[in-house]
Amino acid sequence: MNTRPRMLELKSVYKNFGGLQAVHDVSFGVAPGSIKAVIGPNGAGKTTLFNLISGNLNVSSGSILFQGREIQGLKPHAIAALGMARTFQNINLFHGMTALESVMVGRHVRSRAGFLAGMLRTPATWKEEREIREKSMQLLRLLEIEEFADVEATSLAFGQQRAVEMARALATEPKLLLLDEPAAGLNIYETAEVGRLITRIRDMGITVLLVEHDMSLVMDISDEIVVLSFGCKIAEDVPTAIQQNPEVIKIYLGEDEEAVV
Amino acid sequence: MRDSKLLKIALLIVLVIGVQELTTVTDTQYYLTQLTMSAYYALLVIGLAVVMGYAGQISLGHAGFFAIGGYLSAALTTHNLVALQANPVIHGLGSLGMLVSGQDIYGEQLLVVAPWAACIFAVLMAAIIALVIGIPVLKLKGHYLAMATLGFGIIIYRIGLATEYFGEADGISEVPGFTLLPAIGSFGPISVSGDFGLRVENYYVAWGLLVIGLWLLLNLIDSRVGRALRAIHGSEEAAEAVGIDTAGFKLKVFVLSAVYAAFAGVFLTHYNGGIGPSEASVMKSVRYVALVAVGGMANVWGTLIMGVGLTFLSLRGVFGSYDDAVFGAILIVVMLFAPDGILSMNVKALFAGRRTTDEHEAKNA
Ligand SMILES: Nc1ncnc2c1ncn2[C@@H]1O[C@H](COP(=O)(O)OP(=O)(O)O)[C@@H](O)[C@H]1O
Ligand SMILES: [Mg+2]
Repeated sequence: MNTRPRMLELKSVYKNFGGLQAVHDVSFGVAPGSIKAVIGPNGAGKTTLFNLISGNLNVSSGSILFQGREIQGLKPHAIAALGMARTFQNINLFHGMTALESVMVGRHVRSRAGFLAGMLRTPATWKEEREIREKSMQLLRLLEIEEFADVEATSLAFGQQRAVEMARALATEPKLLLLDEPAAGLNIYETAEVGRLITRIRDMGITVLLVEHDMSLVMDISDEIVVLSFGCKIAEDVPTAIQQNPEVIKIYLGEDEEAVV
Repeated sequence: MRDSKLLKIALLIVLVIGVQELTTVTDTQYYLTQLTMSAYYALLVIGLAVVMGYAGQISLGHAGFFAIGGYLSAALTTHNLVALQANPVIHGLGSLGMLVSGQDIYGEQLLVVAPWAACIFAVLMAAIIALVIGIPVLKLKGHYLAMATLGFGIIIYRIGLATEYFGEADGISEVPGFTLLPAIGSFGPISVSGDFGLRVENYYVAWGLLVIGLWLLLNLIDSRVGRALRAIHGSEEAAEAVGIDTAGFKLKVFVLSAVYAAFAGVFLTHYNGGIGPSEASVMKSVRYVALVAVGGMANVWGTLIMGVGLTFLSLRGVFGSYDDAVFGAILIVVMLFAPDGILSMNVKALFAGRRTTDEHEAKNA
């Protein structure tokens, strides 16, 4: 489909939990600078797939290439350092840290001060700390939560917590951003806002792979869509074609609350 | 934030000087001995506070690292190497200035390792052992980590008891003083020793080291590394996701705390002129954990205050024969009623009722 080197490439990825095949022979690629969505009913294996990509789980078999490099078997922190960031379906913030501090943690891989420099508070660390703080404030501004900078992140409203997670992920300056249900629990206005934000992130040159339940959002912003069902890939195409795909329609008609728009 | 830190440290220094002056005025200088010892124990405890409070790891083996520091430094500075003089390694150490010769009380020739060299070796060994132990053990969590570090502490304790080189049940005595700075003109020398005449000087040495150790740790907590440690405590999964090598940081901070413990062990041993197996006992490790807990876990200042205060009372014999029981009881009470530490309890409980405990449970869930 695309001759440019892929940002991310999955080749025959399998993941079994005991007897359960959570991901079964899934292959697809993500083109640089694109927004790709993974959809599918609950339990289809979307989060598992994300955990495989981010290194939180190891594949049962298959390979995962990030910028042409095999990342299967690397620890999550090593993959993050290569330029992949993620958010979590169940919000995962640092207990006891303010919104600003949480985002500052996201600057970790873009800064250097180690134990010795930190203990001796060398002049180089002041400069670095100032940069970390400024960049993090910029991101809070981008996500329109700068007024909550000094509020403990876990005590914020749901939508704001999601925004902190997003800012934290962006703070790592990722090349690829994985978003696991970024609009879950948000109202219709907030969802539209998230849609605009994701498009903006893509326009900043960051490739986005997202899992989402909100069909209108996915259809609006995605360049391509992968459909999973019971761990298998059943379709991969542009949004307009996915909307017409009979198999996809069948799956989604089977679910009460979801409908293809 | 930095200003308030420096201000607090300045206040502490004023307090340290004030207390010394007070003991002179009131003719109670005997208190200085226990205050000096308390400072060294506090050095260990604030290091452990960073492991427990910031990196979220528990260690029931820190008396082991204290003992490694103390025992190695004691053994090296007391065992006579005269018989081994011809050995090329010993000879080499001698030509590097790492040995000192003298005479023992019977006029026999004595050749021992210089305290500074023994100190470096002892602390280095503690760091290496912490690294080797830490790599497998820090993969464990919660109770398992507690058990494994407890096991380590017991091993060190038994080694001290069973090894002739370490004096078995008697421990090691007649450990010489440790000259930190040679005499410069009329100033100095500055030595760590229990010499009666050096009591005031040693009080300042101990508190000086504690203040330096405190300052370094407070800087660390405020730094990129400190943020990473707090993040690990907050959520390991999320910390990994932003590129923090959680295993690596846990290991490094564990080694750092072992170095603090070993330094405390070395200095206190030279100050006391000896060390015995009780310093390596499990009850000592439990005591250190209790002091961190009562100080508020992620609270280096609280730990410092409680560490010095309770250790001082213990050394003064206030708890009598219930000494160990008191620290065990403190641990239980803190865990039940004030998991965020005694010092933060009143304020928080006043506003939030039982919320402090609930939050803590949610955190651990
Ligand atoms: N760690 C795990 N252990 C066992 N089964 C799991 C685990 N994680 C997910 N599963 C199972 O794998 C399937 C896919 O789950 P998941 O990836 O969370 O789906 P989705 O995100 O698409 O809703 C489900 O049946 C789920 O119960
Ligand atoms: Mg999911």
